[in-house]
Amino acid sequence: MQTLVAYVENKPGVLNRVSSLARRLAINIDSLTVGPTENEEVARMTIVAHTDGRGAHRLEASLEKLVDVLLAENVSERSLLERDLALIKVTADQTSRPHLMELIKVFRARVIDVAPESLILEVSGTVDKIDGLLEVLRPFGVLEMARSGRIAMTRGGDLLRPPTATENAGSPQAK
Amino acid sequence: MKLTGAEILCETLTRLGVRHLFGYPGGAILPVYDALGKSKLHHVLVRHEQGATHMADGYARASGGVGVAMATSGPGATNMVTGIATAMLDSSPVVCITGQVSSKLLGSDAFQEIDITGITMPITKHNVVVSRVEDIARSVREAFVIANSDRPGPVLVDITKDAQQASCDFDWETSAPKLPTKRTRAKYDQAEFDRAVELLNSAKRPLILAGHGIMQAGATRIFEQFVRAGHFPVAMTLLGIGCFPANDPMNLGMMGMHGEAWVNHAIQEADLLIAVGMRFDDRVTGDLKTYARDARKIHIEIDRSEINKNVKVDSALVGDAREVLEQLLPCLDGRKRGDWVAHIRELKGDSAVRDIQGLPDNGHLYAAHVINDLWKETGGEAVVVTDVGQHQMWEAQYYHHNTPRSLITSGGLGTMGFALPAAIGAKFAKPDADVWVVVGDGGFQMTMCELATIVQEKIKINIAIVNNGYLGMVRQWQEFFYEKRYVATPLVAPDFAALANAFGIRGERISSRADVAPTIRWARESKEPVLIDFRVEQEDSVYPMVPAGGALHEMIRRPNSPLVETAATEL
Repeated sequence: MQTLVAYVENKPGVLNRVSSLARRLAINIDSLTVGPTENEEVARMTIVAHTDGRGAHRLEASLEKLVDVLLAENVSERSLLERDLALIKVTADQTSRPHLMELIKVFRARVIDVAPESLILEVSGTVDKIDGLLEVLRPFGVLEMARSGRIAMTRGGDLLRPPTATENAGSPQAK
Repeated sequence: MKLTGAEILCETLTRLGVRHLFGYPGGAILPVYDALGKSKLHHVLVRHEQGATHMADGYARASGGVGVAMATSGPGATNMVTGIATAMLDSSPVVCITGQVSSKLLGSDAFQEIDITGITMPITKHNVVVSRVEDIARSVREAFVIANSDRPGPVLVDITKDAQQASCDFDWETSAPKLPTKRTRAKYDQAEFDRAVELLNSAKRPLILAGHGIMQAGATRIFEQFVRAGHFPVAMTLLGIGCFPANDPMNLGMMGMHGEAWVNHAIQEADLLIAVGMRFDDRVTGDLKTYARDARKIHIEIDRSEINKNVKVDSALVGDAREVLEQLLPCLDGRKRGDWVAHIRELKGDSAVRDIQGLPDNGHLYAAHVINDLWKETGGEAVVVTDVGQHQMWEAQYYHHNTPRSLITSGGLGTMGFALPAAIGAKFAKPDADVWVVVGDGGFQMTMCELATIVQEKIKINIAIVNNGYLGMVRQWQEFFYEKRYVATPLVAPDFAALANAFGIRGERISSRADVAPTIRWARESKEPVLIDFRVEQEDSVYPMVPAGGALHEMIRRPNSPLVETAATEL
C-alpha cells in the first residue's frame, strides 16, 4: 500500500481526472479523500493505492502531468501521520450496553447518538485502531458504518504545501 | 471592442499565428463557421472529422507548431477520437475545437449532445468545456501553451453554442493564459549528472537510442555534436527517424521489432545505452528480461513518468533533450570507439545478402523496390507520410531520411488511415515540399474519401499505394504464428487508378519493376496530384522480425530462398 498527497485545483472534474488516471494505470485505489485547504482555490487529496513503489512513482509523476494537479508526492517512505474517521452504528440493548461502553472507553471512541436499540459511535485514529474496534464490535451487531478514508501529513519540518505564484516558475512556457 | 464568442475565437486563433485549420461544420459550431467566413483563416473542409484531426496532426509534425482541427458536437466530436488518440500516443501538439450544445441544454441528452470532454479525458493532455464567452480567448490561448509545452500533446476545447453567440469585450492583454501555478521539481541532482558523465566516458560499447523527443526539443544540432564528440553509434526509433542523417556512417538505422538485425545485435551487445527522447516501447525492446542485459542505461527524457517505466535505468536525466545534451557535451572526454564501431559494421555483412534490394530481378515487383526507387528519385528529400503496416516498416528500412520531420507516421497508436489526411496537413505546413503518401491498400481504403479534399483544395501531393491484396502485416503474423490461416486478410480493393480518376486525380497502375522509377518521375513532374497503384508481391514479409515479446536478438530472418543464395554467391 502506498500513500500519496496531492494538491489540486479546487474545481469540477479534477477528482474525475485523478481517479481516471489511476484506473488507466490499472492501479486500484484503496481510499481517496479530498478536502479544502486554507486557500479556497486549492484542494488537498490523500490517495492510498494498492501498488508498489514503482507504481507509486508512476502515479505520482503522471498526476503531476495533469494541468490541474499542482503537486503530487509519494509520502509512503516518510515519517507520516495517517488518520481515518469512522461512524459506526451498533446494536445496543439493555444487556449489551454496559459492556459496549467499556469497549468505547478503551478505544477512546465517542457516542454521538443514542437510540433505544442502537448507538452511533465516532472513532478516529489509524486504520489498525478502527479495524480493531470494528473487530470487537462485530459480535454486538454492526448495523451500518461510514469511513472517511485516510488523511495523511508528514511530521515536523517536512512540509508539503501548494506552490504559490511568487515562489514558482513552473507554469509551462510555449515553445 | 465587443465581439461575439465566435469572432473572439477566430481573432484569437489568428493572433496565435494559425493560418490553416481543418474541420467540418455542423449545428453546434455554426456561429464559428459564420465568423470564419469573415476572418483571414483558411478552413480546409475535410470529408470525415477523423481526417481533420490527422491533418492537424500532420501539420503539427511537419511544422513543429500547433495544428488545429474543428468539428461540431456529438458525432463530429466522436469522429475525432481516433485522431486525438493518435496525437496523444505520438506526443503531437494538436488543438481540437468542438462545438457543444447550449449551456442550458447540457446534460439533457439534447440533439447531438455528447460528453466529449469525458470521452477524451484519457486521450488528451488536457481538455476543457467553455460555457462563458469571457473564457474563450483565455482557454484557447491556454490550450496552445499546454499542447506545445513540456511533452506536447493534444488539447480539446469544447465551446457551447451560447458562448459562441454571446458577446463581450475582447482584450488581448486581459485574456492572457492563467494556468495553475505548479511546483517546479529539481530535474536531477549533481550526483545523477556525474553518474551519467562517468558512464559516458567509461563505456567501451556505447550506443545511442534516438527518439522523437530530439526533434521535439529542437535538439538535432546539439545531438549531432554530441554524437561526434562521444563517437557514439546511433540507433533510431521509428519516430526518431530523421533526427540524425541516415547517410552518416554513425547512423545504424532503426531498432526494434523490424529494426535492422545489426542494430538489434548491437543493442544486445552494448555496455551502455544512451536513450534520448524515447520511451522504451515494447516494439523496440522485445522481451524485457533479455533486453540489453550487459548495458548500463542513461535515460534523457522530458517526461518523468517514463523513467523506469519499462526499463530500469542507472542514470535518469529528466529534462528537455537540448538542455541536457548541452550540459553533457562539454563533459565528454572525446575518446574514440573504433573497435566497437568496426564490430557493428561487421554485423551488417549478412544483412546485405538478405536485403531484397541486392537481389537480382526475377520479374517480381517487391515493395522494397518501390520504396528504394522513391528514395532515389526524390533524392531522399521528400516528406514521406506513411500509414501503418508492412509498407510503413519497408519505408523505414529503405527510405533513408536525412532531415528532421521528413518522415511522418503513426507510431504509438498505429492508426491505419493516418497517411492520406496527415499528408494533406503536412502539405499545408510545407507547401513547397515534395509530399508523398506511402500507404497500403487496406489503410488507404479507410480514409480515401479525403481524395476529394485534395481536389477541392487544389494541392499537389503524390500517393503511392503499396498494394499486395492483403492486410499485409496481419497476414504476415498469420503466416508466422497461425499456420498461414489467412482469416479476414485477403482484401478486395477497387481499381485505385480509376478511382483516382473519378475524383479528378491522375492515376496509374504499375506492376513491373522497370516502370517504377519512370512513373515516380512522371508523378513528380506533374503539377497535378498523382496516385500510383503499385501491385507488389502478395505474400512478401517484413524481415527481420522480432516476434512480439521475443528477445531482441532472436529475429526471424528472410528465409534462404534460391534468390538469396544467388545473391550470396554473387557477392
